[in-house]
Amino acid sequence: MTEHDEFREYCRRWLAENRPAPPSFRLPLSPIEVMTEEQRRYLCAWEKKCYDAGLIGCDYPKEYGGGGHSGFQQIASQEMGRAQVPYMINVIGLSMAAPTILNHGTEEQKRRFIAPLLSADEIWCQGFSEPNAGSDLANAQASAVRDGDNWVINGHKVWTSLAHFASWMIMVTRTSNDHKYNGLTYFIVPIANTKGVTVRPLIKITGETGFNEVLFEDVVVPDSYRVDDIGKGWTVAMTTLLYERGAAEGAGSGGGISLDERVAQLIDLAKRCRRDGKPAWDDPIIRDRVAGLAIRVEGMRQVHRRSRVEALTDHPMRLPLQAKVTVSELMQDIAAAALEIEGPASSLYVGDPGAPDNGQWPLAYLNSYGFTIAAGSNEIQRNILGERVLGLAKSK
Amino acid sequence: MAQPKDFGFGSEEQMLRDQARKFLKDNAPIEKLRALVAKDHKLAYESPVQPLAWDERVWKQMVELGWTALAVPESAGGAGMKMIAVAALAEEIGRAALPSPLIATLIATCVLRAAGTAAATACLERIAGGDAASFAGPGSEGSWLPDATSITAAASGDGAVLSGTAPFVQEARKAAFFLVAARGAKGVGLYAVAADAPGVKIHPDRVVDLTRDQAHVELDDVRVDGAGVVAVAGAGEKAVAAALPAILTIVAADLCGAAEWQLQTTAEYARVRTQFDRLIGFFQAVKHPIVNVMIDVDRARSLAYAAACAIDTEPADALRLARMAKAAASDAAAFASSRSIQLHGGIGFTWECDVHIYVKRQKHNQFYFGDGPYQRAKIAPLIDHSA
Repeated sequence: MTEHDEFREYCRRWLAENRPAPPSFRLPLSPIEVMTEEQRRYLCAWEKKCYDAGLIGCDYPKEYGGGGHSGFQQIASQEMGRAQVPYMINVIGLSMAAPTILNHGTEEQKRRFIAPLLSADEIWCQGFSEPNAGSDLANAQASAVRDGDNWVINGHKVWTSLAHFASWMIMVTRTSNDHKYNGLTYFIVPIANTKGVTVRPLIKITGETGFNEVLFEDVVVPDSYRVDDIGKGWTVAMTTLLYERGAAEGAGSGGGISLDERVAQLIDLAKRCRRDGKPAWDDPIIRDRVAGLAIRVEGMRQVHRRSRVEALTDHPMRLPLQAKVTVSELMQDIAAAALEIEGPASSLYVGDPGAPDNGQWPLAYLNSYGFTIAAGSNEIQRNILGERVLGLAKSK
Repeated sequence: MAQPKDFGFGSEEQMLRDQARKFLKDNAPIEKLRALVAKDHKLAYESPVQPLAWDERVWKQMVELGWTALAVPESAGGAGMKMIAVAALAEEIGRAALPSPLIATLIATCVLRAAGTAAATACLERIAGGDAASFAGPGSEGSWLPDATSITAAASGDGAVLSGTAPFVQEARKAAFFLVAARGAKGVGLYAVAADAPGVKIHPDRVVDLTRDQAHVELDDVRVDGAGVVAVAGAGEKAVAAALPAILTIVAADLCGAAEWQLQTTAEYARVRTQFDRLIGFFQAVKHPIVNVMIDVDRARSLAYAAACAIDTEPADALRLARMAKAAASDAAAFASSRSIQLHGGIGFTWECDVHIYVKRQKHNQFYFGDGPYQRAKIAPLIDHSA
């Protein structure tokens, strides 16, 4: 039995024995809608437990608090998904901040920030988007001005998931107006209890919060929190986005409901919901729709598998860059199909006693637009795919 | 869980794929294909009998390279290679839109392998030696199920007498023999029938696809002796069912190869064609559909490899994956076809542009052994784990 097989067996056993008791309160669909203190406490305790058990940060160097292994994270994440345990709350930290710091940070930054990130002792958020810099991220205007050994930050970031719990933000700032792309610099910025930082919740179309706008007024940050060189912010941000868009493996993920499970839920739902006097599952149109989604779920898994087989991959980034588009649209289409299956019962929202599956499907549908827009809208992703993979002329 | 992560695509398979790609690039380039199948539209579509447009010399070289022997077990004189290798080869054939009986022969090979009789072995030996074969029976009454056939078999000694007409027989005029599914009193059997056997009449269809021939094959009291009984009445259905994942995977791989050509050719046009003083790939109305084609093609290709690998290593899951692969490949091919014409604009609508050659092949394979909706209807029970 190889070391990897042994680790997989260990993960399975540990997850079976340590699955947390379901909370007495509702958990949101994903970590970026976590709103209440009791949700935060429950999820932070769970992530810390997973970290202590070696299921998070497995492939990160030991000196930064990781497990020092290779190829273990994928196994741990798969097994957590399979076991359908709760998700990791520090998602921005694990999938974006940690790999960015590991790739671009100073030795001091790696030693200071990575371990408490992995254990969820410190929650992270991401400050990229601004009111006038969404798809055109390089238009970011939040400014950082040098003041001796410090920088003074002013500006306005939006759609900032988890900022209300965050100790730290990874932030793109403008340090020069002379160049659009080369005028950006990347910082680690303290958020909680920081003078000049205001976090204000934004309300999503679901009625939930979980993301915020963050205002910076003369916020002082030491130069030792700068990530990589002055003017290199765009390059560093591209590293973050590579991980955010799922094109590369971060420090850990897993838990939550898998897409396979979602398809199984759709079939179950279709058997319970009536359509034209019969179970919706008996309607060939509904079956066609669900089978089509099942094919896309299986297809996504096989594309991921193929992306690691060099001989069957024509261009190194061709498959990884598709991940964000395919997963976000699949989640959206699964939720939309659930509404069709429910028919008029899809009018019943979370909290209505008659809502099928406690109203999770209309919530999931509305929420799904977060994923097709975030991390660079899917229109931007298609530009990137067309330009970088197929060599088409740049749309800018 | 039992499947290897790399689909079992090792150095041997890669060597075969690369050899095939190079051979077809050298011996069956697009210029040659155009000259062969699309030289004259009247000849193609108005001749009383559609001309047989293929290069027999290339076929003989393919036989020498061992491509017909590829899927034949070593015990029958073949190479006994894995299905992932067969899929990789079928993909290259599709990429070249090659007019040849190879795909039909590979399909017949898979059915013969599943039959596992002495008569089947004798047929496999012929195939390994270079005889082209075609499976006759499927497609009757719009069904691609293992028992689909409109041919009847009357028992006669240790053989049978076959009657009826098989529709949609692929490469009928290139085949040396047909593997005929026929229904007898005890169920469906499989019979090897020489293309020139007495009572066999091949009626060529006028087909849209310029890269193949197709016929309905009439069998008028055709006598098959015991040596030609590949599967006795009642055993044929099981053999075809066992081969079905492989058949679907091979057709899916052909579709995927051609779809990749459509993707690359359309992207290349968008990289060089200028309108409004810009390369048209600049426009998102052009760029995004091409990207969508790529996403669909990659899904289909990945599923085709997964299905092939399942046939090799996890047969219990092969049918589900093969139906998924055929559904995804059929839909990807239809979409790639539609966009390849549209995004080429006016020139894409003309006979002189190569795009139509691939579109027609894709439309043919989209429906052969069932299109996307057909597969999805069959998939629904396979994914309903509570049933």
